Amino acid sequence: MQTQDVTIKNRAGIHARPAAMIVQTANEFECDIYLEKDGNSINAKSIMGIITLGAGYNSLVNVKTEGSDEDKALEAIVKLFENRFEEE
Amino acid sequence: MTKNVFTVLDLLDLDLKEHNDLNLKCLCGRSGLSSPIKEQDLNRPGLTLSGFFEGFQYSRIQIFGNGETLFLKKLITENKIDTIKKFLSYEIPCCTFTSNLHPEQAFLDLAEKAGVPVLITDLNSSEFSRRLIRALNTIFAQKKVIHATLVEVFGLGILLKGASGIGKSETALELIERGHRLIADDAVELSCVNGNLVIGKGVNDIAGHHMEIRGLGILNISNLFGVGAIRDSKQVQLVVELEEWNSEKIYDRLGANETTTDFLGVGIPVITLPIKPGRNIPIIIETAAMNERLKKLGYYSAREFNQSVLKWLEGQNARAAYYEND
Repeated sequence: MQTQDVTIKNRAGIHARPAAMIVQTANEFECDIYLEKDGNSINAKSIMGIITLGAGYNSLVNVKTEGSDEDKALEAIVKLFENRFEEE
Repeated sequence: MTKNVFTVLDLLDLDLKEHNDLNLKCLCGRSGLSSPIKEQDLNRPGLTLSGFFEGFQYSRIQIFGNGETLFLKKLITENKIDTIKKFLSYEIPCCTFTSNLHPEQAFLDLAEKAGVPVLITDLNSSEFSRRLIRALNTIFAQKKVIHATLVEVFGLGILLKGASGIGKSETALELIERGHRLIADDAVELSCVNGNLVIGKGVNDIAGHHMEIRGLGILNISNLFGVGAIRDSKQVQLVVELEEWNSEKIYDRLGANETTTDFLGVGIPVITLPIKPGRNIPIIIETAAMNERLKKLGYYSAREFNQSVLKWLEGQNARAAYYEND
């Protein structure tokens, strides 16, 4: 299992478009991917789940991957956050 | 609400409807509104006000009914405010006066000074206590968010589980189309209210009753199908696990034994449905719901059927024995 904390750096937070990007990236991998915020853990392969996290600007989210390609998956997901989902 | 902390302000802000409304108003002590409520029980502080502070459950919400209010008035007229001061020096989340019993101004001044919020409600003590305990039970209930879809089929709360992309949302959509209701899609918040039932609802109101269908995107179910197609919360009474058909696995063919799965310490009946082209999952789920209701009425199709088979076989044996003797 791999895990890493990330901070939401884009102003708008995780709205529909970033959520879709996470889901698309997550679905490229075999492993289970979870995002956790305030003790709520949700499956990163589900759009509605991610949106319901309510992750706003500067909030902290924990990314957890578990499975055969967990390293690559974690790297890819974390990269999305670091690139601010290609937003300002 | 900030995470895992429930404050007096949250209590005042609770959006409860009709017969659950607490009708609370804040009289004074606004500086203490941010103090957390840590316990779900209530306390009647009569004994404490009389000067007996041993075993004082100060961290509970303090309820002042008629008796307590009259006693408080007596204390104030007799100028015994030391007890009141001592009472207010504890870390009390809030004092609540019921039946619209307005406390003495002297008490309000002391509470304001101590930073203890004083609330008032028009409900009588027993009704208020009942409503408050109900509300606090829900708030302090053990909670867990899971990846699943919750629908109500023929009045039965069914939790659809399964790997991402297996078709939970699509199944739910067809069930809605057939007149059933959606509670939450993709993320369901389960809470165990009194140790024996699990209630499921959407994680938050904004995303509630929306659904994501691959190829269509995000849909608002209540706008598309009408308000009759949605429901806010529902007890989880059956769990349906959807999975890819696995030819190696043995699936239940009789349905005589009931298996349960554990959610927050409560066992809920579970069935596993393999997905394969030609198997109409929504209709199977509808049938499962009706069968589950039948079971609740005491009729177990598989068991009853087996009983008839056994009886029939016995009859044949008896007849065979009779004919042989003839």
